[in-house]
Amino acid sequence: MTASTDLGTGAGEQVIDQPRRGALVLRRLLGNRLAVVGLGVIVALFVLAYTAPLVYHWDYEELDYTAFLAAPSADHWFGTTQVGGDVFAQTMRGLQKSLVIGLLVGVISTAVAAVVGAAAGYFGGWVDRSLMWLVDLLLVLPSFLVIAIVSPTFRGQTWLVFVLLLALFAWMITARIVRGMTLTLREREFVKAARFMGVPPWKIIFRHIVPNMSSLLIIDATITVGTAILAETGLSFFGFGVQPPDVSLGSLIAAGVDSAQTFPWLFGFSAGFLILAVLSVNLVGDGLRDALDAGSVRSRRADRRARGSAT
Amino acid sequence: MTAAEQFLDPVLAEGPVLTVSNLSVSFPSEAGRVDAVRGLSYEIATGEVLGIVGESGSGKSVSSMAVMGLLPGSARISGSVRFRDTELIGKPDVELSRIRGRRIAMVFQDPLSALTPVFTVGDQVAEALQVHRRELSASAARNRAVELLDLVGIPNAGSRAKAFPHEFSGGMRQRAVIAMAIANDPDLIIADEPTTALDVTVQAQVLDVLKTAREVTGAGILLITHDLGVVAGVADRVLVMYAGRAVESAPVDELFARPRMPYTLGLLGSLPRLDDEERRPLVPIEGQPPALTNLPAGCPFTPRCPLAVDLCREVEPELEIVAMAHRAACHRSSELVRSDATDVYGVSTLAEAGTGEVPRGERPVVLAVRDMIKHYPITRGTVLRRRIGTVHAVDGVSFEVRQGETLGLVGESGCGKTTTLMEILSLTQPERGSVEVLGRDVTGLDRKARTRLRRDVQVVFQDPVASLDPRMPVADIIAEPLVTHGVLRSEIRTRVPELLRLVGLRPEHASRYPAEFSGGQRQRIGIARALALEPKLLVLDEPVSALDVSIQAGVVNLLEELRVRLGLAYLFVAHDLSVVRHIADRVAVMYLGRIVEIGEVRTVFRAPQHPYTQALLSAIPVPDPAVERARERILLTGDLPSPADPPAGCRFRSRCFRYTALDAADQRRCEQDDPALERTDAPDQQVACHFAAPYAVL
Repeated sequence: MTASTDLGTGAGEQVIDQPRRGALVLRRLLGNRLAVVGLGVIVALFVLAYTAPLVYHWDYEELDYTAFLAAPSADHWFGTTQVGGDVFAQTMRGLQKSLVIGLLVGVISTAVAAVVGAAAGYFGGWVDRSLMWLVDLLLVLPSFLVIAIVSPTFRGQTWLVFVLLLALFAWMITARIVRGMTLTLREREFVKAARFMGVPPWKIIFRHIVPNMSSLLIIDATITVGTAILAETGLSFFGFGVQPPDVSLGSLIAAGVDSAQTFPWLFGFSAGFLILAVLSVNLVGDGLRDALDAGSVRSRRADRRARGSAT
Repeated sequence: MTAAEQFLDPVLAEGPVLTVSNLSVSFPSEAGRVDAVRGLSYEIATGEVLGIVGESGSGKSVSSMAVMGLLPGSARISGSVRFRDTELIGKPDVELSRIRGRRIAMVFQDPLSALTPVFTVGDQVAEALQVHRRELSASAARNRAVELLDLVGIPNAGSRAKAFPHEFSGGMRQRAVIAMAIANDPDLIIADEPTTALDVTVQAQVLDVLKTAREVTGAGILLITHDLGVVAGVADRVLVMYAGRAVESAPVDELFARPRMPYTLGLLGSLPRLDDEERRPLVPIEGQPPALTNLPAGCPFTPRCPLAVDLCREVEPELEIVAMAHRAACHRSSELVRSDATDVYGVSTLAEAGTGEVPRGERPVVLAVRDMIKHYPITRGTVLRRRIGTVHAVDGVSFEVRQGETLGLVGESGCGKTTTLMEILSLTQPERGSVEVLGRDVTGLDRKARTRLRRDVQVVFQDPVASLDPRMPVADIIAEPLVTHGVLRSEIRTRVPELLRLVGLRPEHASRYPAEFSGGQRQRIGIARALALEPKLLVLDEPVSALDVSIQAGVVNLLEELRVRLGLAYLFVAHDLSVVRHIADRVAVMYLGRIVEIGEVRTVFRAPQHPYTQALLSAIPVPDPAVERARERILLTGDLPSPADPPAGCRFRSRCFRYTALDAADQRRCEQDDPALERTDAPDQQVACHFAAPYAVL
């Protein structure tokens, strides 16, 4: 309070710094230590996953016939598999896939849920009815069955199609919740004020309605990141998604889980990276939620800290 | 009744009913302990009404909850509360329960949540009786419940007792709650804001019932309210609270006539009054009530006090006797004898508008509404919808607002004021009739033209919390209309600080979020946003009704100043007629979707012609005990009829006192003919009544 009061003295006629919402949120996010740590870990994981294979002396497809089920050593950092594959190389390869799949599915499905739910709730009428009909339809369709049926069509295509398919079946329940929240937000006076100002409907949705649901959306996205990484494992079982010899964290965990007690490196490292990735996504999510939530005490404290360090 | 007689026994009734001494309550919070009540002392005698007034957060409700022993376990309570000869503080809850509801009764603010929705009203009153008197048979309790409901003025109490709370209107529910409170002939009734949630005409009825309750039970009443007008009419003695302490206490006449504490003086000065002849500026008390954590030494009112001296910052004054039965906590109270709030607070008189010289008829019409209608269908069935009725929300409303003037639109809740506003603001063709803004009919506007027209019509809402997007910094909120209408970003950057200064906020507040502001400041932000596009017409939907009185005065003054400076026209919707009296040039009174009287404020308030206007005006309490006692109150019977089924002929007939006094032939006219608005002898006054006659209620 006092810091900002000092700022204003002698402001006179000059234009005072008016940070836009984006800049303000970013500043608050960076003032949150845990969020910065989470962000750092995610970046580090990406860097590690994409650069380590370049300098490492084994490839994920290579097999070392001199070492089957070898424990971690200087030669094989994370040990080897039953057939002599290098676990470190495979884990890095898997991490690349899983990070991208998890983050993309999380973001895409939440975005679709927000747009569809908010549009249905805000416009009402036939828009609402047809969108909710679609949601109900997708909810009752067994997603695994659909993916199994369409998978031959997409075989050989890029695995990004797989990301879209995963996202396609992950957004419906959130969309329903978003619709319900939109129905109440639509009657709030600030939305009415915007409407009477002449703000177009889509702008109202993106400027007022979606930000006011950000807590829900961020939590939803972070949960989806974790579930998407795991869901991909199950789908790989259908012969779709990441196929051997290619690997993902999910397929590595699935392969290693049986021997977790006897050969812990087969399971432990990939599981550890999965936990690290999901945990840091959650930290960033928490930080983002606090940064967007104007009323949060924690973020105001962080804001003050950021302001203090800036001067 | 034997129990009741025992309680009314004169030997038992001697001495104060309740003695509170040095009561302190504190709660833990994130920012440290909140000292909600700090050393409060008072007494209530049998049959006396003590009014406790204060703004939100002054500790008035918390102190009464402490008396009842209803505070959560985390609260730390010290001091003493003696009821008759029993010390209540420290008593276990089981023992308190034996006193609560039997000897001390409570009436809460929200009558809907005070009643259980799943039991009939009669059963709930009967339960209140049986809980404390086991020997009472079920049928005897039910009969007594009907008697009680009859006593508080519920018509056909016998059959209405079988109704559920949702079938009762707000005023009826509050009557039922009062019936429960007096069921066991209590010695003390604590009424916490009993009329705040009610309309004025209903408020007058409920206050009347409360008086009856006192006469019947002889109980002392502790009336907690923020409304000085209510206190003036009902209370015998008044206690003013600020920052958890009593700052002044006196008999009601004394307090209103000779306040001896600057805060009380300011509160009285900040009230717009119905009986004001001339427009005088209201006295806003600058600043906010203090946060009750880690209060600094000295008088907590110092930062807002115009009379503060160094002593005030160092020593908190004690509540001391300043005159007969009059106590005040102020170091300078002796200097305050016979002071005027405007002198003490130094408010300059308002400059009259530049348009004041141009006669009204020659000023351009900003908004013209003609015969506007809005009906809502009532439908039944989910698959096959069929229309089973119509809600006549707005049913043929016509008025004009000219440049530089304020039209006040008043009426009780459900009369169609807000629907009228929303219809105007939508800028689309109404179901029937027409809306013209700045001479342009909104019918047949294309999207572009409508958006352009929106620049000239802006709105300020009632709830300052809900009307600002909590996720947007203030700069973005104020810039939104500018961005929407394509103003250059460089221009916006200079305009935002300008607007903040215009409404009395500081430009460096721009980067904060609405949550960091108080209610009054948020309302100022809302006004800044509405003014951003330099509109010609500002539509104000109850802009001050959610604010505390001292804050309200500041916002009212600001609105008035802006109107004069910027030559704005206001359409001002309010249920508080005192505010309308203060701010409006013309007033339109609505009843069940129709305007029943419209005209110049001074004429309508001095000589109202429609019986509804007369009842409405007479129901508004005036913050002056002498005036209050001398006034004759017109009490309306019953509640607002459902707008889905308005009475045939004159709509007000079902509650009209003049109608009941007419002979059969004249009554038939009211039943068959729907009166239209007609001119009266006054230069600017129209009234819709067959038997209109002026009647001065003030």
